[in-house]
Amino acid sequence: MLKYIFRRILVMIPVVLAITVIVFWIIQLPPGDYADTHVRQLQAEGESLSLADQERLRERYGLDQPWYQQYLTWMWGILTQGDLGYSFAYNRPVTAVIDQYMATTLIVAGASMLFTYLVAIPIGVYSAVKQYSLGDYVFTTIGFLGMATPNFLLAIILMYLSYVWFGDPMVGLQSPEHAGGEWSLARVLDLLKHLVIPVVVIGTASTCELIRVMRGQMLEEMAKPDVVTARAKGVKESRILRKYPFRAAVNPVVSTLGWSLTGIFTGSTITAIVLNLPTQGPVMLDALLAQDMYLAGAWLGFMAILTVIGTLISDILLAWLDPRIRDERIARS
Amino acid sequence: MSISFPNLGLLRPRAAQDRDLERREKSGRARQGSAAAEAYYSASQWQLMLKKLSRHRLAQISLVLLAALYIAAVFANFIAPYSLGSYDAEYVNAPPTRIHFFHGGEFIGPFVYGLAFERDPTTLRPIFVENLDQIHRLQFFTTGEEWSFLGIFSSNLHLFSAEGGGRVFLFGTDSLGRDLFSRILLGAQVSLSIPLIGVAISFVLGIVIGSVAGYFGGTIDFVIQRVIEIIRSFPTLPLWMALAAVIPSSIPVVQMFLYITIIMAFIEWTSLARVVRSKFISLKQEDYVMAARISGVGPMKIIRVHLVPGFMSYLVVAMTLAVPAMILGETSLSFLGLGIQAPATSWGVLLQEAQNVTNVAVYPWKLIPLGFVIVTVLAFNFLGDGLRDAADPYK
Repeated sequence: MLKYIFRRILVMIPVVLAITVIVFWIIQLPPGDYADTHVRQLQAEGESLSLADQERLRERYGLDQPWYQQYLTWMWGILTQGDLGYSFAYNRPVTAVIDQYMATTLIVAGASMLFTYLVAIPIGVYSAVKQYSLGDYVFTTIGFLGMATPNFLLAIILMYLSYVWFGDPMVGLQSPEHAGGEWSLARVLDLLKHLVIPVVVIGTASTCELIRVMRGQMLEEMAKPDVVTARAKGVKESRILRKYPFRAAVNPVVSTLGWSLTGIFTGSTITAIVLNLPTQGPVMLDALLAQDMYLAGAWLGFMAILTVIGTLISDILLAWLDPRIRDERIARS
Repeated sequence: MSISFPNLGLLRPRAAQDRDLERREKSGRARQGSAAAEAYYSASQWQLMLKKLSRHRLAQISLVLLAALYIAAVFANFIAPYSLGSYDAEYVNAPPTRIHFFHGGEFIGPFVYGLAFERDPTTLRPIFVENLDQIHRLQFFTTGEEWSFLGIFSSNLHLFSAEGGGRVFLFGTDSLGRDLFSRILLGAQVSLSIPLIGVAISFVLGIVIGSVAGYFGGTIDFVIQRVIEIIRSFPTLPLWMALAAVIPSSIPVVQMFLYITIIMAFIEWTSLARVVRSKFISLKQEDYVMAARISGVGPMKIIRVHLVPGFMSYLVVAMTLAVPAMILGETSLSFLGLGIQAPATSWGVLLQEAQNVTNVAVYPWKLIPLGFVIVTVLAFNFLGDGLRDAADPYK
């Protein structure tokens, strides 16, 4: 098992390197660079920058070099000093910008994930146990609707409803009166209140899928002979459910944990922009548009690496939970 | 007395089957059944799929809905009362116009009232009310603004309009006084064709690359597999955003449309290529392929006649299920202002107006494009589900 994990991590390294090259290349693709964006911004404010100053700016940030040289410099900095580069727009190191938004991003992602599992697993089990009941139909319909509605549009609808019912669209993560204030009970409650819409919106997509997976798995497992045997022996129905089909059905759900984490992380990008959340989504969009390349590159690369790690975690969990897969993989490696 | 086992029929030797059929035909009683059975045995794979699909009610409804949407998109210029560029500064944020049939208890056919401009007494916001004195009858097949279809032919015929300068805004207007109904129809041309073209591109890429990997195996397969792995490790949406940010906003509409489509197809082809590759590998080892090879059939003919039809149905399913992701992707990008840009429009562009919550709260009809997105995505999902069931020979 350890050998398998070690081998997987070795294979990961070239993939991650290739990803960072592609990310950097894509961000470099648009004509112009951050110096141009900066000049445009200054012009909008009625100021101007002489060509010599522009050149000096480019030279200072190394923008006059070809992209692969910039990439190598950037990569060298990351590998030797853990320095992710400098964000032009924020006038701060990228690490500091990421730091600032990481906490809220993690809070939203974590809460969404918790929501997904707490809602999806019980509903999936219920839908399977009471197959073709009214509740099953209701949940299945909601599941389909949730899968078809783009996340960010669901956000608009919920904001609209919140505006109609409570008179407050709940934009952002904090009310203005609490923003930046001391941490108190009122502020935490305010945060929780504002978390409802983002968590529901971001969690819904994976919740709907998970309900379907869970329901299908449970139905399959409940028809197996071990369940029939237990029932024939007179074991209580709730105990049967907990001991046999649930355990088997939850396996694939647990094993996809890694994927759902990255899904929630990256899927929240647009939702965060719409809801104006202080998370990585809006920051990344601005960085992409302004060609703030080290910031954009760091975020994009971070997400890609998270996806790779998520896949690895899923594979390891799968191998750990399912002896058949484990044996096959260990035999292969 | 004849007993038929339709599912076992294929396992019995053909001669026995023929005898069986003959006997049943003689018996007369089961003549109709035998005809049906014969049709069943001789049906091609696609006929079987079609038959199974016709039992899937939801998929059928979806098919009809999608057909209606696509027909509406093709004839959008004719159905839409207004053109893409037309706007009416006087009728900004007008609510959907109601179509009336009775005026003062008297039937006078479909008509709309004129719109009068008033101010809300409490909020002082301008609102529109119906002017009951002005009656504009609806006319059908009228002439209006000139339009052209892909530059092939042009006409100024429109399905309907209100006579005497009346305005018909079936879904209301936006903040520039543009008719939402017309713009949804015209936007459908973009929103509904991008996923189709994108899927077509990824289909070709997927088949070619997937079959190369599956057929040759070895080093080529290994390299292609790793490339697919790398592309798939990218988070879809952020990558789309990064690529869309590359497109300069000043390029011609057609070119931008093409770029967006290629961006959509860029990631999708990988999953199709994987399906093709795995099917290729598993089908290559089937007995009937071996039999064909022993009989001296050439490799190209084996691929064309025996392998490709074997996974074509799976590909169609995979393609149908890939469409919704593309629709949502295009909508998201356009919604963020990274996709289709004015003067062209799409459903995502139309939803930009819904970005502001207060805007939606005061003018709820601006959410109508969202309804079209949801219905289209659901329809493609259900159709894909139906096709998947139909393509599964064990169901």
